[in-house]
Amino acid sequence: MPSALPLGLPAPEDGILPTDAAVGADARDFGLYVHIPFCAVRCGYCDFNTYTATELGGGASQDAYAGSVLTELGLGAVALERSGVPRRPMSTVFFGGGTPTLLPAEDLAAILRAATATWGLEPGAEVTTEANPDSVTPESLRILRDAGFTRVSFGMQSAVPHVLAVLDRTHAPERVPQAVQWARDAGLKVSLDLIYGTPGESIDDWRASLTTALSYGPDHISAYALIIEEGTRLASQIRRGQVPPIDDDDHADKYALADELLTAGGLHWYEVSNWARTPDDACRHNLAYWRGSDWWGAGPGAHSHVGGTRWWNVKHPRAYSTALDTGKSPAAGREILTTADRYVEDVMLRVRLREGLPTGKLAPAGRTAVAGLIADGLVEPAAAFAGRVVLTFRGRLLADAVVRRLLPD
Amino acid sequence: MSPMARTAPVPAATDPAIIRNFCIIAHIDHGKSTLADRMLQLTGAVEQRDMKAQYLDRMDIERERGITIKSQAVRLPWEVDGTSYALNMIDTPGHVDFTYEVSRSLAACEGAILLVDAAQGIEAQTLANLYLAMENNLTIIPVLNKIDLPAAQPEKYAAELASLIGGEPEDVLMVSGKTGVGVEALMDKIVRDLPAPTGDPDAPARAMIFDSVYDTYRGVVTYVRVVDGKLSPRERIQMMSTRASHELLEIGVSSPEPKPSKGLGVGEVGYLITGVKDVRQSKVGDTVTNLHKPAAESLGGYEDPKPMVFSGLYPLDGTDYPVLRDALAKFTLNDAALVYEPETSAALGFGFRVGFLGLLHLEITRERLEREYNLDLISTAPNVEYDVTLEDKRVLKVTNPSEYPMGKIAEVREPMVSATILAPSEFVGAIMELCQQRRGVLGGMDYLSEDRVEIRYRLPLAEIVFDFFDLLKSKTRGYGSLDWKADGDQVSDLVKVDILLQGEQVDAFSAITHRDKAYAYGVMMTGKLRELIPRQQFEVPIQAAIGARIIARESIRAIRKDVLAKCYGGDITRKRKLLEKQKEGKKRMKMVGRVEVPQEAFIAALSSDESKDKAKK
Ligand SMILES: Nc1nc2c(ncn2[C@@H]2O[C@H](COP(=O)(O)OP(=O)(O)OP(=O)(O)O)[C@@H](O)[C@H]2O)c(=O)[nH]1
Ligand SMILES: C[S@@+](CC[C@H](N)C(=O)[O-])C[C@H]1O[C@@H](n2cnc3c(N)ncnc32)[C@H](O)[C@@H]1O
Ligand code: SF4
Ligand SMILES: [Mg+2]
Repeated sequence: MPSALPLGLPAPEDGILPTDAAVGADARDFGLYVHIPFCAVRCGYCDFNTYTATELGGGASQDAYAGSVLTELGLGAVALERSGVPRRPMSTVFFGGGTPTLLPAEDLAAILRAATATWGLEPGAEVTTEANPDSVTPESLRILRDAGFTRVSFGMQSAVPHVLAVLDRTHAPERVPQAVQWARDAGLKVSLDLIYGTPGESIDDWRASLTTALSYGPDHISAYALIIEEGTRLASQIRRGQVPPIDDDDHADKYALADELLTAGGLHWYEVSNWARTPDDACRHNLAYWRGSDWWGAGPGAHSHVGGTRWWNVKHPRAYSTALDTGKSPAAGREILTTADRYVEDVMLRVRLREGLPTGKLAPAGRTAVAGLIADGLVEPAAAFAGRVVLTFRGRLLADAVVRRLLPD
Repeated sequence: MSPMARTAPVPAATDPAIIRNFCIIAHIDHGKSTLADRMLQLTGAVEQRDMKAQYLDRMDIERERGITIKSQAVRLPWEVDGTSYALNMIDTPGHVDFTYEVSRSLAACEGAILLVDAAQGIEAQTLANLYLAMENNLTIIPVLNKIDLPAAQPEKYAAELASLIGGEPEDVLMVSGKTGVGVEALMDKIVRDLPAPTGDPDAPARAMIFDSVYDTYRGVVTYVRVVDGKLSPRERIQMMSTRASHELLEIGVSSPEPKPSKGLGVGEVGYLITGVKDVRQSKVGDTVTNLHKPAAESLGGYEDPKPMVFSGLYPLDGTDYPVLRDALAKFTLNDAALVYEPETSAALGFGFRVGFLGLLHLEITRERLEREYNLDLISTAPNVEYDVTLEDKRVLKVTNPSEYPMGKIAEVREPMVSATILAPSEFVGAIMELCQQRRGVLGGMDYLSEDRVEIRYRLPLAEIVFDFFDLLKSKTRGYGSLDWKADGDQVSDLVKVDILLQGEQVDAFSAITHRDKAYAYGVMMTGKLRELIPRQQFEVPIQAAIGARIIARESIRAIRKDVLAKCYGGDITRKRKLLEKQKEGKKRMKMVGRVEVPQEAFIAALSSDESKDKAKK
């Protein structure tokens, strides 16, 4: 079951933004996120806005999907222009899901081409697609590379069959090295997603997943602690006692192991759950989210942000295409961030980055809290003296608590 | 069979010879209020269409819990052999916490119906209430109720009842409050067997106050039984104890709705309204007379009910303190048994120490406060009142463990009760074991019949007032019943157990226990808290201590992970809302030193297991 959209203000049908949104836009990067809401099967732990063919039924076909996205991009360009937001070439593009590679590679290429025609693409821009290991072929990856894609992020999750089984993952573990090799051959950078702390996963299982992933030589690894999301099949299995519950201490141990092995394997943390081989290998698109840049999010349930206005599209693919067919913005709601909201987001997102949060950005109450955080071993003292709040290893594991302490009401 | 009375005797003009005043007394749940229903119906006091089960249980809380808390007096007409009589019936509560309601109702009557559930037989409050009625020289009519039940054993219990009261088993009436069987015969018997009230109609007026209730619309409504003379509307009356005088704005009878009358004469039961706002100005037990023609001697009242258990009541949200203060003030208007004074707790903030008649009284009061004033309350573990004598001979009354003196103590006295337990004889062993564990001293034992025994123990109040009754029930498969009354005090070896979180004492969790039970309390409380307090960024030791000596310890391991990390893409709004929610949760935390304790943990730790079990049922 996909999770719920936030409650916000109604979004206008023409997609016009408040006047503030344009202020200072020239100094901000602009990116594009394209959501592809389709999966072959739904994994039991997943609450992303994605649908299998059976869940969709008729009326919202994958074939027509790229067309709807193109319509949204067209509307988007007009709305931005009419809102006075200057046209900026895209610095990053990210196709996420769902499983983007469930669409024909030509469809993804066509969307990228259209977006480039609309906004332009910066030289050296990062263009990523997420992919399931079993939804790519050497050919599809070459098509993507030729269309301008630079990076692919595979949902590997684990190398251990019984863990993959609890996660409902359908790919064969052997498929991952193959897919990675094809991507390399096509000239794409490779990232792998891993999940740790799955019920039944031993510390050695996790070690095996990490060393296996490292042995494929990726440029980037995201390692996420499994979250039991309400309404998912896994959540009900745990509630009924069919699957054992997850455990925070186990997660902490596994995070420690991940950080140790990934660092030893030449990947360095740059965000709480993300490790990259070199600073250039960090996911620039995600960094843009965390640094408060502008981006257009296309597709059902996609979120956008331009100059302090956030909005999100209707969730269901059918509602999405219906809105676009009638020439309306598919936005379901929006919020105009107050100065206080922006401050909270800035602290909340930046503190999780290796580059840290400039102490100058903190309000006096937050600055006062830093001393205590250093004393508790959660914040690096040297970095703090140099003007940045950077989490220690222990601080990364307690990042939410650090944020709460930096933001006392 | 008697017909419904064709004419009802008129108040103020009723010959005492045709008045019968009686109350219905019984063990809890034996069917008093249901029998009262049938009487209301048979006499036409309540119309058929207005009838509902336990009609006289009017408070929401009475209806929800299916128990009577307050006595209710009703005037009913009844005809026997062509004469219309005026019957004053008082339905009384059965629960031991409200025994004082029974005793003051008895003072308004010449007779009592002793009702016994024909499937249960005599139980502890049957005896207790019978003895009360006998002390008041009332004529007793023994009645077996619920004879419609398949499990009823009327012969057996009629014999038991007859041997208890004296008389023949055949004299015991058989009724069913549910079906109405036997109720008319009972009404006739009330008229025939109960004495009519006597009094001097020409003497200065004397009326006994047996209840006083505050009503938002009418002010204080005072229930009286006229002994001598007559009271009339508009006359000036005087309260004999305080000499305060008031104008009688309204006088009347309940039938069962209030019905103003031309007055009340000898033997009549009814109500008065004088416009006073506080029940303490119209005190139960006081005598009402006429200001200009006062009686020389009052009727002699009864003692105020004494609070037996004390608990701190604190609003969860500190800003609700004034609401709680006003609510308690209003409650005491109506509940002479409730006493309170402000207190503060380092852990819980500002609140009140409140004295109650027992745990049920506490529970009900708290529930009503929460409901009627929209409050969320924490109540601290209930306590009895200790007399602590210091070495310098000063005596302190301690109702709150945190007031327990630190210095040298010469002696501590704790309140005692004499308890009566009735149960089938097969459980004698189990009961004695339980009482022994609770520091009881056997007072005596009697067989009420071949297989039913009455066991008397003297026990510390603190040992029986909390979970004793539930244990008794479970050890006797539900057949045991308990009654108790205050019985002085005794010197005991008591200690105060403190609970420390990271070395900081949490006053709300301190307890006064017998030295032999201190360890068990310490282990129980530290264990509970370990489960209830969420992990913090550091390890939190939890200790139980007597003075400086640690008697039990637990610890909460430091939390190691507090970070949500998943690829939420651009849904930053969701992330921020999550953070806001976490911060909201933090606001509901009370800080004990550096430790964040959720308010729920206080509530759960302070609620006895017994009430948790009840919630489960
Ligand atoms: N079968 C049967 N059930 C009865 C009879 N009388 C009362 N009950 C049931 O017994 C329960 C208790 O009845 P109440 O009339 O509330 O008893 P009570 O003595 O007034 O109780 P307290 O006021 O709390 O002491 C209810 O569930 C009644 O329905 C009866 O004659 N037959
Ligand atoms: C949109 S999904 C990735 C793309 C692709 N559909 C796949 O699953 O391979 C992004 C990543 O989020 C992570 N993820 C999804 N649900 C999660 C959960 N409940 N807890 C932790 N990580 C989760 C997985 O690692 C997943 O690869
Ligand atoms: S494949 Fe990815 S997006 Fe699809 S259900 Fe599984 S985890 Fe979710
Ligand atoms: Mg009742």
